[in-house]
Amino acid sequence: MTAPRMVTSAERLRRLLALVPYVVSRKVVGLAETAAAFGVTERELVDDLNLVWCVELKAPDPYCPIDLSYEGGEIVVSQAESIARPLRLAADEASALLVALRMLAEVPGDGSAVARLIAKLEAAAGAAAAASAQVTVQIDPPNGHGVAAQVRAAVQDGRRVHLRYYVPGRDEATERDVDPMRLLVVEGRTYLEGWCRRAEGVRLFRLDRVLDLSVLDVAAQVPAEAEPVDVDHGLFRPSAADERVELELSARARRVAEDYPCESVVEIGEGRLRVVLRTPDTRWVRRLALRLGEDARVVSPAALAEAVRADAAAALSLYE
Amino acid sequence: MSKRRTERLLSIVVLLLSSRRYLTAEEIRAAVHGYPEQDDAFKRMFERDKEELRDLGIPLETGRGNVFDEEPGYRIRRQDYELPEIRLEADEAAVLGIAARVWQSAELAAAAAGALLKLKAAGAADLEDDQQPRPGIEPRLTTQEPAFGPLWEAVRDRRPVTFSHKAPGRSDAIRRELEPWGVVNWRGRWYVAGHDRMRNATRVFRLSRIEGPVKMSGPPGSVTVPPDADVRELVKDWDAAPPRDREAVLNVRAGAGEGLRRYAKAVTPGDDGWDRVTVQFADVPWYAEYLAWFGPDVMVVGPPDLREAVISRLKGVLA
Repeated sequence: MTAPRMVTSAERLRRLLALVPYVVSRKVVGLAETAAAFGVTERELVDDLNLVWCVELKAPDPYCPIDLSYEGGEIVVSQAESIARPLRLAADEASALLVALRMLAEVPGDGSAVARLIAKLEAAAGAAAAASAQVTVQIDPPNGHGVAAQVRAAVQDGRRVHLRYYVPGRDEATERDVDPMRLLVVEGRTYLEGWCRRAEGVRLFRLDRVLDLSVLDVAAQVPAEAEPVDVDHGLFRPSAADERVELELSARARRVAEDYPCESVVEIGEGRLRVVLRTPDTRWVRRLALRLGEDARVVSPAALAEAVRADAAAALSLYE
Repeated sequence: MSKRRTERLLSIVVLLLSSRRYLTAEEIRAAVHGYPEQDDAFKRMFERDKEELRDLGIPLETGRGNVFDEEPGYRIRRQDYELPEIRLEADEAAVLGIAARVWQSAELAAAAAGALLKLKAAGAADLEDDQQPRPGIEPRLTTQEPAFGPLWEAVRDRRPVTFSHKAPGRSDAIRRELEPWGVVNWRGRWYVAGHDRMRNATRVFRLSRIEGPVKMSGPPGSVTVPPDADVRELVKDWDAAPPRDREAVLNVRAGAGEGLRRYAKAVTPGDDGWDRVTVQFADVPWYAEYLAWFGPDVMVVGPPDLREAVISRLKGVLA
């Protein structure tokens, strides 16, 4: 049981106007099931049902427009009058779904259900659908050669894939077998989430870094302990074991704070920033520091700062 | 939460939906429980109730039934209120489940949940979450930028806005007045495109570079989006990479520089442990930064301006 939430009368009215048609369209429905569908406790649901049942109009003659019962854990609405159908979709509601669906339609693969659903929702929403055209989502096209479509098919068919995958932080092409779990589209990028047999763990592979992919004639075997990534809290969450890296950035290099997840970002004047990153592997930071040149300075760890200087000196010696 | 208020609002909806004609405020007052005796108090309460109903998206209409009516009345037309009939196939319902989760942790999450609830209420399909197989695809949108909410409302309601924007590499923010035409997510970032009133030109702004509040600076409907405006293209052009029309020759250590070899025009293996790699690039500063990333695995043979730029980048590290 969750604690009762404070809801405004408008929010509650919105719920009641959906609740009545929800029951009407199902004729008979369980209390528990309905409470779950509406994200309320059974007690809150019973309060809602009582409120609806108590509605009385005084004039011209007093009468109760809605009649219902919830005996034996089952709800039946025997009279719902004018609110037997749900309210139309509002512009925000129609747009939230349509923008998401048009985004989904951009992912390669069989999109026929997406297209049919878009058409049905547009028809049902009517004028409320118009505003959704003002928001568009463009997904990075993951490689020209249909890797996304291959991955989608492999996920659906439960087949193992073999990848040649580029790791920019190490500037390495790696080979591995992966048992696909899901295709993720997060922050404009497309990833294969799968059980990497080489690392023996769940890994994400950015599809634009896949150099080559073949679907193997082997059934994928995702172990029971494989925990899917929690996509709602950022794909790359630092762990306590990660190394802490502190950088000072010039105004020109501020975008580093936008491009990489930072633990902290502090303005230190003249547009300069001091940022803290956490990473399990500092090799990419070493390369990033080379790339940024005079626009960045590794404050700590000292060993990393020294490695960056050594790399720069070694690279410069090539020009002597 | 006021139970009585909810009851009153629900009564008004039921009453007006059942009535074919316009009902006056007095008729509504007479039929609905909970309004006070005093006229002033009633008027204030009724005004608030109307506003709340309209905010919920209930099409509360004002009008007169005939020319003899002295006072305007109210009604809710059933065809404007009701969600039209909609039935979904099983595969469409599965897709709907995926779409409803896209905004999970973002601005329109509540709107998506509200829409899903209405579709469930309509009996459009069996949409119970636990009955659905685990989806093979999971897209997400995030809106960490505080500017997203007000800008979405502005484009939805066609209202001009003002905000402060900090251009990259600048430490001061500049005030902008924009007629927003649309919001675009491109490569995972949010942008707004529209007509900049102060510059009198079309402009694109990245939402993460907007500082402080976004304020509405005109009434709804006061922005006209030009029929030929394609905001997606505007953002794409704004962020477009220049053509790679220059050529460079690099020495790349054997076994390294995978990222360069991937897009190379030609690779000639050498016998001294270095391969000669020909690549195409667009502009010197950006490409010099990119090459510095490879550190001692890459040396620029030419052209000289690129070579100098890489050397000065690397010297910058030691400065």
